[in-house]
Amino acid sequence: MTASAPSPVLEPAETVSDLSARRGHSPANRLQHLLHRRPALSPLAVLLIAVVIFSLVNARFYSAVNLSLVAQQSAVVGSLAVGQTLIVLTAGIDLSIGAIMVLASFLAANLVFTDNVSVPLALLAATVVAVAAQAVNGLLVTRVKLPPFIVTLGTFNVFTALTLIYAKGQTITLNTGSGLLWTGQSFLIGNFRVTYGVVLMVVLYLVVAYALRCTAWGRHLYATGDDPEAARLAGIDTKRVLLSAYLVAGLVIAVSAWILCGRVGGADPNSGLNANLESITAVVIGGTSLFGGRGSLVGSLLGALIVQVFDNGLALAGVDPNYQVLAVGVLVILAVSVDQWIRKVKA
Amino acid sequence: MTANPSNPATPVLQAKGLVKTYGRVIGLAGVDLELHAGEVLAVIGDNGAGKSTLMACLSGAQIPDEGTILVDGAPVKLRSTTDARRVGIETVYQNLAVAPALDIASNLFLAREQRKKGPLGSVLRMLDTKAMKQQAAEQLAELGISTLQDVEQAVETLSGGQRQAVAVARAAAFGSKVLILDEPTAALGVRESGQVLRVIRELRDKGLGIILVSHNMPQVFEIADRIHIQRLGRGAGVITPSAYSMNDAVAIMTGARRLDEVAQAEAAAEADTVEAAEAAEPQSTGAP
Repeated sequence: MTASAPSPVLEPAETVSDLSARRGHSPANRLQHLLHRRPALSPLAVLLIAVVIFSLVNARFYSAVNLSLVAQQSAVVGSLAVGQTLIVLTAGIDLSIGAIMVLASFLAANLVFTDNVSVPLALLAATVVAVAAQAVNGLLVTRVKLPPFIVTLGTFNVFTALTLIYAKGQTITLNTGSGLLWTGQSFLIGNFRVTYGVVLMVVLYLVVAYALRCTAWGRHLYATGDDPEAARLAGIDTKRVLLSAYLVAGLVIAVSAWILCGRVGGADPNSGLNANLESITAVVIGGTSLFGGRGSLVGSLLGALIVQVFDNGLALAGVDPNYQVLAVGVLVILAVSVDQWIRKVKA
Repeated sequence: MTANPSNPATPVLQAKGLVKTYGRVIGLAGVDLELHAGEVLAVIGDNGAGKSTLMACLSGAQIPDEGTILVDGAPVKLRSTTDARRVGIETVYQNLAVAPALDIASNLFLAREQRKKGPLGSVLRMLDTKAMKQQAAEQLAELGISTLQDVEQAVETLSGGQRQAVAVARAAAFGSKVLILDEPTAALGVRESGQVLRVIRELRDKGLGIILVSHNMPQVFEIADRIHIQRLGRGAGVITPSAYSMNDAVAIMTGARRLDEVAQAEAAAEADTVEAAEAAEPQSTGAP
């Protein structure tokens, strides 16, 4: 403001558009408001920039074969991130999500391999186990009122141990024809090789994104994560909404477990060790706020892709793999910082 | 919706002997309250007098330990705000029950979203976002809240006054019989306060019973038909703004005088004035 300009006195009746006009003076404020409305824009920008840079460094990165590979590698963490997003939107966090996935995948594979159970029945059993496991998390959070971090830290250990006890140290390799490995089979779109696991992941995103955007349940989930007391006073049964987030995440985990079977060609109790943290990484890089109530599902998909693109792109650029870990770490910190900045938005 | 109780003398909302304790702290120690359709009942009291607890019990946010609540003469159990809403009690909370990250339209319809007609709504549970936005805009226009133009704006980007407007609009949009307003103008400027008071009068004239909790004495005396005074968890009396002064109200509220003392004094003063008036000028009426 220059000294000659009239001093900005805020009248109560001043319109919102007047405020926007004044706000428009600062590009930073404009960006802040844009990101506030569309939190997935920043991961989208990061992804596009990363793809362009890695393509310039090594032309092979941009090949159909390589991009197909990136998509396939993202499928497990990408689908798991759907469930993680639901929990994070309620201002929770799920450290056990990967452990439950491994347990469910091992159960399904073992039922098919050892007990000759039909594939649909094995998948049903895996689904029941995944939902039941998340019901334990959800009930501990909503009824016993324990913090989600502690609950899932505990159940993470419990489910990991249960898997190892159940597996007795063995891994299962299924015949390539098994229906459980259908998610690893692929078809061609042009030069792109797409696995059914990737298709399943995309379907998962579409269905859950619809539920979040277009149904009352989605709004109640956002409202509950945003301000639980306000949501309760508005008439939302917040406990039920919270529990439902965990149960739906259980369903999502069952799909992830199937995709995992396809990726590893069976089941390996040590396969998804990092999946817990990787799913949180994807959600956070995707712009969903750890404080709840803010974020979008598509951001989590972008987050999962970003991690894989960095992994793949840096490897093709001949960079020490340790730098990939470092880069993801920096991205996580940046994403949370951007979230904090966006949350301070004011009219 | 107009409130048409079968018997006009039946209060639209009545509380009898409400008790609410928090451990050893007594919030309410047996409070009676009567609200009739088409009136504004102000509730005043010092901090800790039990105003907020009383409102919480009437709006279903808290469950009283003892006592009964009657709506149109029929006893009701209010276990949640949803229960209260079902019997026609709407509340605007002091801490604003709005979800900051959601937009204005979503907040107006929070917990009573409308679904699309046909299979999209019944099977796929799709919300009728367009209709809700349109109704939200109409509702805001009807309340004369011109500062809110974009119903897709997130509530957290609004000023305090604008948020209050959303909260009042939300309650009024669905208010059926009783509207409870907890300090509705505390955060507002003069102009926006005036808007809210106008809305309150309009809603009263439509036949709603309105309970207004406020610290703002001039405002209370301007708008209330009757004033319920809370003191130390009990009802210290109900007065009318025409018969009592603000000083009387404050005296009763702070315990400096009891209602019967004030009433006696008022009666005595009135008698004096009448006598004096009769003696001196027969045509004047001497109410202060």
